[in-house]
Amino acid sequence: MSVVQEKVPVARRAQPAGGRRFAFTPTVTVYLALAALLVVGSVLVAVDGGVLLDQGGILNILTRSTVLGLVAVGQTMVIVTGSLDLSVAYLIGLCSLVAAETMAGQGSMVFPGVALALAVAAAVGLVNGLVITVLKANAFIATLGVALILRGWLEHNYTGPAGSVPRSFQHLGYDRIGPVPVAALLMLLIAAGAWWYMRRTRPGYHMYAVGGDIEVARLSGVRTSRTIVTAHVLCALMAGLAGVFLASRLGSGAPYVGTDAGYDLESIAAVVLGGAALAGGRGGVVGTLGGVLILATLDTIFDDLAVDPFFKDVVRGVVLIVAVALYARRKLTSGRAS
Amino acid sequence: MTRWRPRLADGTAPVLVVLVVLLVALAFAGPAYSEPAGYLALLKRAAPLVILAIGQYFVVVSGGFDLSVGSLVTAEVVIAARLISGDDGNTAWVIALLLGFGVLVGLVNGLITTKLLVPSFIVTLGMLLVLDGAVFLWTGGAPRGALSPSFRVFGRGSVDLPLLGAVPWSVLILLAVLVAAVLFMRSGTGRTLLAVGDNENAVRLAGGRVERLRLLAFVLSGVLAALAAILLAGFAGVSAQVGQGLEFRAITAVVLGGVLLGGGRGSVVAAAAGALSLEALFSLLNLVGVSGALESAVQGVIIIAAVAYAAHGAGLRQRFRPRKAAPSLP
Repeated sequence: MSVVQEKVPVARRAQPAGGRRFAFTPTVTVYLALAALLVVGSVLVAVDGGVLLDQGGILNILTRSTVLGLVAVGQTMVIVTGSLDLSVAYLIGLCSLVAAETMAGQGSMVFPGVALALAVAAAVGLVNGLVITVLKANAFIATLGVALILRGWLEHNYTGPAGSVPRSFQHLGYDRIGPVPVAALLMLLIAAGAWWYMRRTRPGYHMYAVGGDIEVARLSGVRTSRTIVTAHVLCALMAGLAGVFLASRLGSGAPYVGTDAGYDLESIAAVVLGGAALAGGRGGVVGTLGGVLILATLDTIFDDLAVDPFFKDVVRGVVLIVAVALYARRKLTSGRAS
Repeated sequence: MTRWRPRLADGTAPVLVVLVVLLVALAFAGPAYSEPAGYLALLKRAAPLVILAIGQYFVVVSGGFDLSVGSLVTAEVVIAARLISGDDGNTAWVIALLLGFGVLVGLVNGLITTKLLVPSFIVTLGMLLVLDGAVFLWTGGAPRGALSPSFRVFGRGSVDLPLLGAVPWSVLILLAVLVAAVLFMRSGTGRTLLAVGDNENAVRLAGGRVERLRLLAFVLSGVLAALAAILLAGFAGVSAQVGQGLEFRAITAVVLGGVLLGGGRGSVVAAAAGALSLEALFSLLNLVGVSGALESAVQGVIIIAAVAYAAHGAGLRQRFRPRKAAPSLP
């Protein structure tokens, strides 16, 4: 319900009379912050003697956004449902391996490879969801447990990259239209589908209901377990797609490609940056994409300025805390006002 | 006549049973465990994790998470090596500084959580990123400097006691921490901390200082992480990976001890026993010949099983117990 109410004022208020009215939705805040970041970044990079938003820069930002965007969109669904998925990072590595090993360099095996990788992903998501709903384990522990199991599997069976991807499949990773990578467009298409699912369909609304208050949702006749399992399966499928995309870009499967980039915590950070509440019930795909773009733009700016890579982590941590503190403050003041 | 029986907090018994089973299994699996020295070595190895788990317990039981302890341990070890640079004269003030740094990190975590109302998951995740980045920024990827022998004594040295013979320092420190933690949790402050995790509003209405207690939990977690880092540095030496994954391991231990994530339930002894069980299990797997790579898979299965048991165990126990008169619903 709060979702509907949240959207109405912005849509109706075309006049920026209050100006504050806009600041009330996290989604608007995120994109304002992104715009500000792009301006400040452009100035900083220009002072340094470069151009941030030239073809290479845009390409860089979009490429970085593709994988994180996929994972974060999936994570959004899970977090909105009031859950959490810490297993995505290892799942990405596993799916890249499954895809690359099944293809084994043969063009004819592209489809089976992708299908098998996604099937593995869906199965892992199903396990996540069932452990949470049937075994009644806390989502944090359940997905952490599954993550550790996947890690054990990966460490036991792989020491490095394995499998190989046919040349035809590498087009997915490298083709582009102008400065826009095809994969980024595909990611946006999937994100649009996720947005439609969450905001325009009944199961999507159920996700918000379950995340808002699971007891109220249950009493209202929502099949809460089914909703949670669905969210986890969809999230795992997104992570699987990210793994497949990474396999196409790297040319082979790599066990630690997901964990090295820290996609588990990073995706949660992007979702929270996009204005979602970790407790569930609030958030959305559009805000998350804003969060993803902010993180990707930060990375690109730091690359252009040749900042020490480890300084990025520090800034990322500070940005995350500050953003959530701002949201919490806003919620507090608006809560008092009404 | 009054019967005395040990008072165990709710949910402590299962993990103690698991622990005893594991310890007995160790005695059968490895010749080293046929005498007390083997168990003493196990305790020494487990001490840092147990101390971390006790710190994590305070935060978890009050309803939060502390994901920053792993990177805090790394930061402390790297700082220690850099500042001591092998000189015994530096040991004392560096230890004081390390504990102070632990308090500082805990304070920052706690203040951001309580004053800025950011969920502790996010705060400590941000702190994890900041600490990791800062450590690498400072050291350039490879820690420099060295620890002094007098610093390493706490992690690897032993002290001769009258009756017991040589007892490792870390075991003594661990026992001191555990006793202090138990006494703390039995004090009024400790009980209120537990209540904060159970029902924050009730505590606030009853006049408890919720924010101050939360802050205290994070500070305790920070300072215990510093202590664990001192032991770990002495035991294992300096590396930039020393704290990797320790935060999840500590949370696993706490959960294995039957402590409820979200707060309000569980005992500190059980959390410590959970950590010890985890370490004993890894030792056992090692002896039986399970590859180190599968360790994490086993850890994963265990925490899921432990939480599932905690969720269903109460129901199962009730089913097998003779029915009492059902309380009437209002």
